[in-house]
Amino acid sequence: MSDSSRVPAGRPTRVQLLVTCLVDHFAPDTAEAVVRVLQQQGLEVVVPPDQTCCGQPACNAGARPDAIAMAKHTIALLERDPAPIVVPSGSCTDMLVHQAPALLADDPAWAARASAVAARTYEFTQLLVDVLGVTSVPCDRTGTLAYHACCHGLRGVGIDAQPRQLLAHVPGATVLPLPEDDTCCGFGGLFAVKLPDISGAMLDRKCRQITASGADTIVVTDVSCAMHMQGGLHRQGRPVRVQHIAEILGGMA
Amino acid sequence: MTQIAPLPFYTRAQQAIADPNLQTALDRATGRMVVARKQAIAAIADGEAARDHARAVRAHTIANLGQYLDQFVEQATAAGVHVHFAADADAATQLVVDIARRHEVRRIVKGKSMVSEEIELNHALEGAGMRVVETDLGEYVIQLDKDVPSHIIAPIIHKTKEQVAETFRRELHATDADVADIAQMTAFARGRLRAEFLAADMGISGVNFGVAESGSLCLVENEGNGRLSTTMPRLHVALMGIERLVPTAADLAVALRVLARSGTGQALTVYTNVITGPRRPGDPDGPSEVHVVLVDNGRSQMLRTELEEILYCIRCGACLNVCPVYQEIGGHAYGSVYQGPVGAVYTPGAFGMGPWADLPQASSLCGACKEACPVRIDIPRMLLALRARAEEGGHTPRWVGRGLRAFRLVATRPRLFRWASTVALRLSRWLGPTGFDRLPGPLAGWTRYRHFPPMARETFTARRRRLDRRQERP
Repeated sequence: MSDSSRVPAGRPTRVQLLVTCLVDHFAPDTAEAVVRVLQQQGLEVVVPPDQTCCGQPACNAGARPDAIAMAKHTIALLERDPAPIVVPSGSCTDMLVHQAPALLADDPAWAARASAVAARTYEFTQLLVDVLGVTSVPCDRTGTLAYHACCHGLRGVGIDAQPRQLLAHVPGATVLPLPEDDTCCGFGGLFAVKLPDISGAMLDRKCRQITASGADTIVVTDVSCAMHMQGGLHRQGRPVRVQHIAEILGGMA
Repeated sequence: MTQIAPLPFYTRAQQAIADPNLQTALDRATGRMVVARKQAIAAIADGEAARDHARAVRAHTIANLGQYLDQFVEQATAAGVHVHFAADADAATQLVVDIARRHEVRRIVKGKSMVSEEIELNHALEGAGMRVVETDLGEYVIQLDKDVPSHIIAPIIHKTKEQVAETFRRELHATDADVADIAQMTAFARGRLRAEFLAADMGISGVNFGVAESGSLCLVENEGNGRLSTTMPRLHVALMGIERLVPTAADLAVALRVLARSGTGQALTVYTNVITGPRRPGDPDGPSEVHVVLVDNGRSQMLRTELEEILYCIRCGACLNVCPVYQEIGGHAYGSVYQGPVGAVYTPGAFGMGPWADLPQASSLCGACKEACPVRIDIPRMLLALRARAEEGGHTPRWVGRGLRAFRLVATRPRLFRWASTVALRLSRWLGPTGFDRLPGPLAGWTRYRHFPPMARETFTARRRRLDRRQERP
């Protein structure tokens, strides 16, 4: 499921950041870290105006007209600039790359526009490793890290080796294995509020595995999953942090 | 039509999560099967290509199902098999009861068949005064307990061995020695079942694959009960979903290559039976009459729709084993004969949204099912399609649709979105500067198990705009 076929011909010098609504409202530091890491690689990072939500939650809920409206809004604002698009979220990347073209398949004009945007959209670690060829980022992070593979990034976009490679090259940190690191944490968007007891049971299992790993920080590629796991660990009084990989690579404490 | 448990899905799921016996049983069994499948697929050098090949066979068959059904009927008939077609569950049970009555059948042995569960065949046969004995060990225990299967290939995955021992004591007066360990329990059941095979005048089986070019029936199993059920009695009736065809014997091999590996982790099941017609002159054994009942029961209504792909399913159970939702709630919570991810698509697809609208919601859309499926069925895509049907048909809570509609109105108007965002941030920082331990309304579900984090003081985009404005000023 690797998307290596989508790698552009030349090395880009400029990218546009789709911040995603969750990062924007709950984890702006993650977006700052993304900008810092990419600038460090010599890229100009622009933030297109009028960003709201890509429509992923509506898509997952089966609310197709709502998902389509939000996807169109997002596609239109990303079309204004031909630069590749970087997204610090596997879920929203999957929305733009796979779900939006599928939702718009019956509308030829929009389907073409969706596909054109999809073709130059990359998840953050995918941009670093697959497009820029960067597997090591200078940063001064220490401590013990363990990687949890967020579902949509892993199975939707094919992100797995990229973040693991980047973490393995963080000089001051030790990366520990996390048991069942590719099992869903139980977030699933509205799933967590519509079926909270099932989601809660999945989260409880995840929290037990996190504790078993012995890591002080769990590293992810989606802040939604981070919020979910952090919320569970906080409730259970377990002193483990869950952080987006950009914050690790951006050297944030 | 198919069993629907008396409680709504979510209540059953909650009870399952709170059941320590079930949790123990599920952890043991699903964990073991997940590892076994991965090793079995990895053990063949071309494991991924084998899956692609099996998918291509199934896709081709379903795309040309009418043609292969015609060929199968023609070839099976030529081989001496009586072929029947049943449009729904009632027609199917009536056909089987009529065949049994015509032959004055009194005692029936039955191999494992999901279709027979789907049409509630035992109920109909017992109602007609016949004795039916399930001979698959798991199904035998289910029958003794008046329970229902909770997994398509491991029907008693929800039971611990201690619970099975208790059933044997209670229902069959087994001694402590009879139930001392699993081997003893198996030997004990084997002794009881042997007598049933010898006395039966009709055998019922399912069909894993029908082979169109020869009209053959392929049955895979590990206990030998399938072979005994289809060879010992004078009459064999096989139940088969209309989609369970492969074009040729070579295609059968392709499908068998991934079936057991994905289900139990075996390279091949202990028994692979291929039955082509009844006993021929000179054959030492076999039934004198073979019937096949082709059951539609909602299958054809999925053809040429966005759910057609679910008909590729070869019933290995891998998607159940890897599903983190199934691992927590088991099979009974689904209330359907077909559980887990495949059941969450198949059940509402074949039997209608009405009572089954909750099932497509029972997924975090993590995609583990699609990853494990030997024929790579895109279950998440179809869960989304069914969620759209549920949303359009008013089968979801109103706050979801209304909330998303309102969110869309704001999210497609950037200025309004920015204003709403500022208000939301300020309000949440004022009400919960360190986040929330308890929230009202729909978000109460979140805070039942999780702390809700504080929102940012300022969004990233608002900060950018602020800094840009400052730069622009001289």
